[in-house]
Amino acid sequence: MQKVTREALIEKAASLLANGTVTSVLAWKKGEFDYDITPALFTGEEEMHAELVWNDFCGANLSKYLVAKTKKAEGKILVFLKSCDTYSFNQLLTEHRFDREKVYAVGIPCCGMADIDKVKAISGDGIASIECAEKIKVSTIYSEGAAEMDLNDVLLERCESCKSKKHVAYDELMGEEGEILDSHRFDEVERLEAMTPDERFAFWQEELSKCIRCNACRNVCPACTCEVCVFNNPASGVESKAPVNDFEEKMFHIIRAFHVAGRCTDCGECSRVCPQNIPLHLLNRKFIKDMNECYGEYQAGETVGQRAPLVDYTLDDLEAGEVFERGGDNA
Amino acid sequence: MQRIGVFVCWCGSNIAGTVDVKQVAKALENEPGVVYSTDYQYMCSQAGQDMIVNAVKEHRLTGIVVCSCSPRMHEQTFRKTAAKAGLNPYMVEIANIREQCSWVHKDMIVGTEKAIILGKAAVAKVNLNAPLTPGESPVTKRALVIGGGIAGIQTALDIADAGFEVDIVEKKPTIGGKMAQLDKTFPTLDCAACILTPKMVDVAQHEKIRVFSFSEVSEVSGFVGNFEVTIKKKARYVKEDICTGCGACVDKCPVKKVPNEFNLGMDNRKAIYIPFAQAVPKVATIDPNACNMLKAGKCGVCSKVCTAGAIDYTQKDELVTEKYGAIVVATGFEPISMEKFDEYAYSQSKDVITSLEFERLTNAAGPTQGKLLRPSDLKHPEKIVFVQCVGSRCASCAEKGKEYCSKICCMYTAKHAMLTRDKYPDTDVTVFYIDVRTPGKNFDEFYRRATEDYGVKYIKGMVGKIVPEGDKLHVQGSDLIANEQVHIDADLVVLAAAIEPDKSARPLATMLTASMDTNDFFTEAHPKLRPVESPTAGVFLSGACQGPKDIPETVSQAGAAAAKVIGLLAKDKLLGNPCVASSDENMCNGCSSCANVCPYGAITYEDKEFRMPDRTIQVRRIAKVNPAVCQGCGCCTVTCPSGAMDLRGFTNSQIMAEVDAICK
Ligand SMILES: Cc1cc2nc3c(=O)[nH]c(=O)nc-3n(C[C@H](O)[C@H](O)[C@H](O)COP(=O)(O)OP(=O)(O)OC[C@H]3O[C@@H](n4cnc5c(N)ncnc54)[C@H](O)[C@@H]3O)c2cc1C
Ligand code: SF4
Ligand code: SF4
Ligand code: SF4
Ligand code: SF4
Repeated sequence: MQKVTREALIEKAASLLANGTVTSVLAWKKGEFDYDITPALFTGEEEMHAELVWNDFCGANLSKYLVAKTKKAEGKILVFLKSCDTYSFNQLLTEHRFDREKVYAVGIPCCGMADIDKVKAISGDGIASIECAEKIKVSTIYSEGAAEMDLNDVLLERCESCKSKKHVAYDELMGEEGEILDSHRFDEVERLEAMTPDERFAFWQEELSKCIRCNACRNVCPACTCEVCVFNNPASGVESKAPVNDFEEKMFHIIRAFHVAGRCTDCGECSRVCPQNIPLHLLNRKFIKDMNECYGEYQAGETVGQRAPLVDYTLDDLEAGEVFERGGDNA
Repeated sequence: MQRIGVFVCWCGSNIAGTVDVKQVAKALENEPGVVYSTDYQYMCSQAGQDMIVNAVKEHRLTGIVVCSCSPRMHEQTFRKTAAKAGLNPYMVEIANIREQCSWVHKDMIVGTEKAIILGKAAVAKVNLNAPLTPGESPVTKRALVIGGGIAGIQTALDIADAGFEVDIVEKKPTIGGKMAQLDKTFPTLDCAACILTPKMVDVAQHEKIRVFSFSEVSEVSGFVGNFEVTIKKKARYVKEDICTGCGACVDKCPVKKVPNEFNLGMDNRKAIYIPFAQAVPKVATIDPNACNMLKAGKCGVCSKVCTAGAIDYTQKDELVTEKYGAIVVATGFEPISMEKFDEYAYSQSKDVITSLEFERLTNAAGPTQGKLLRPSDLKHPEKIVFVQCVGSRCASCAEKGKEYCSKICCMYTAKHAMLTRDKYPDTDVTVFYIDVRTPGKNFDEFYRRATEDYGVKYIKGMVGKIVPEGDKLHVQGSDLIANEQVHIDADLVVLAAAIEPDKSARPLATMLTASMDTNDFFTEAHPKLRPVESPTAGVFLSGACQGPKDIPETVSQAGAAAAKVIGLLAKDKLLGNPCVASSDENMCNGCSSCANVCPYGAITYEDKEFRMPDRTIQVRRIAKVNPAVCQGCGCCTVTCPSGAMDLRGFTNSQIMAEVDAICK
């Protein structure tokens, strides 16, 4: 269960709307099912009481939506940010993607978000309703009564390896501030690094061949906010929706991983939304790990205005040859 | 569709020896767009060029591929040829089948195969070439020289003599630099002041030269031909245009014990001072940290005695903005601090001094009126030890010294030793050295005179420790040739301190977007072929700010920098390089990635209104490249995530087409 209640969020938003600080509220509402909670913009208190959702399924990172919403909205938008979301928020500001003046950011503590696949593994398919209280109670159309589970047993991978409960940006914080955590998020990357090149190739071949090029990963990615994405641009030479062959799929992921290298905050949205459960975060984490090792620890989005190692030059930077040598067989 | 002509050059046997040129011409004939393909012995010759001109007419060519030597060699030649034939010069591509092919291959089959591939890539590129026209920008016919040492002085005089206006910005109250502090100068031993001060006077009197003394550059914007520079004139509390330099104020000022920086703190000056008698401008300056009036509002003596009424205790720093076509950096050097060299007891004993302090001690205008007296007790030193390479050539002591050779120390130490023996034959002079380096006209002769004619003792080896003992300095060193320890009880020790660039050089380089090396010396555009230009267009280098130099070298480089500046200012308009970057505003995110990597600061941002499909107006931040500043390096294009940034003449699609042609 989350520490701050939905009612507290609504109350906060309603009072900021009422006193004119903000004119709209970016939060979450229910989608098709109880577990697909989606971003939503509210302008009135009624509306929020009716639809606003804050529970263990609010994984969606709202910062990216500010890019489009701030351009349209008159006045300020209130946005609720979990700790991991605040990193994306800062990164977008570093890239001048929205106007900070147009946003009122409220940090909210997060106890981790549930992974629907893990939930289903316990409850079975055909979910009819979900209730998030002390426990998560799931009833399905096939069973009498509800399956009960602990949030901690069904956490998203990204929440299991949460890098920070600390909010790095906000105008106001609800609840208690957390800390930066020692996340072990590179363990899985190390396992991949230990493979032989052939094994690793087979691993990615297997994973990426599942891709159906729905573009969900790109669309949700807070680093992918380009006005015209190369994959939509007929002049780019890599534009396509459906890939011609499995090589093209891989190129999509490799190009995207390079585009977000140094800008990816490791928010984990790509893996969360992938309908094919491809562990896309591993690709980005490998980049992050390499950059940390080659150029010193760097966390994208930690502050606004940071110079990412790949677009910065310092005298201690490794020479290309050294990078190659370090890579060796593991490259 | 282009109509491309391919011209394969034999370069005598340079290419034809390892590449079957006929086969290359034949193979390229069938490439898309190619309508004519031929080979010839020397394409760059008049006959070869005529061949191109005729072919353009005859076959109505729109693009040209020359398979020949490096574009560095003849790209310009063939671009001119194309222009002669009525084509846009940028419709020419060179396939380098000499340096990158025939010269590196031995086997005819391999060489030919590679030449064909390189030719195909060039054809693929020309298919996507578009005519390019260089932009023009006007040139402001005025130069700025930053630093008024001998380097800056000489550069300014040479530029002004050619008829252009020059401003010198000097941070100290007077121009002159280090040379003004020297006594006599190697290798000819003329007195520094006698050869420097006339030049300083020339500067003061030149109608084309303005001196901003006691001033610093605080902001630089713009680009070659069109720099805009803000100069901060620091408050000196004396009206420069009224002060006659009579010195009455200095005589009467009651604050007498301010360490005199011109004599390196070895004597004192007043709170109001003129650094030395020949200062330019000869204007007094008040030291606000010492002046009673400025500190406590009490005194005002100088203002009372100044008959000209030049004193102004309310003066404030003043900002002046001026436009320049060229900027010359001449910020010189400083000896490094000796504080960290505990082994030489510099901080412990007044009688351990640096060579520059030694210059002041022997200078007739110095603290001892030129009599060599040791600072502690003003006694004549009987035994003097000079230590060379203090902090120079010192790879292991990076935290206090420098890896490089300071270049001037061998010679000035020989000078000091020789002059001492000449004037005071009773003194015993020993020099410790690692090597004596004397490459330079009359340099080795000079050094040999010191040892052979003047009896200076040279010991190869370093000094390990200097310990003050009573009124002596116990010097422990090693003699590497005799292979023994040497102990000398000296009266005076002179350390030839390494030199380093002025501390203000790095922030200045950032302002100018000029590059520096790891030691903070300014980098030249090419170490051999463009030694006085910085890689940033319009910024030139003069003197020791670029690397350790003696006066003859400084002056020749100063003249060379002036020649480059004159060459630039003589032009009315500058033709730009059309191969510059530009960003597609419909695709640009305004993310600043490109500006972060642009080494030349060519990219700025503006907010632009866009009409959206739903008829709303959106304001977006977009990148703008200043074509006059952009050097076409391409860093931005590879950084841009969305591909909005592209480089004309080397577009992403052209490069991909080349890669495709090679990989096919
Ligand atoms: C002890 C000693 C003895 C020497 N003896 C000889 C000799 O006998 N013969 C010989 O040929 N050479 C000799 N030299 C070398 C000689 O001093 C240099 O070659 C010469 O001074 C270099 O001139 P410069 O103008 O480049 O630098 P500098 O003389 O250092 O002049 C630089 C000027 O720029 C000013 N400046 C610095 N930064 C800024 C800024 N940011 N803004 C504005 N102004 C700035 C400084 O105040 C200074 O006036 C000797 C050097 C030393 C240390
Ligand atoms: S979300 Fe998954 S399936 Fe969709 S494009 Fe991305 S990787 Fe492919
Ligand atoms: S994939 Fe690249 S071009 Fe497309 S949105 Fe992401 S960063 Fe931009
Ligand atoms: S091509 Fe180079 S110089 Fe030109 S704007 Fe891009 S990064 Fe700057
Ligand atoms: S990197 Fe590309 S998208 Fe970003 S500001 Fe530059 S041109 Fe625009």
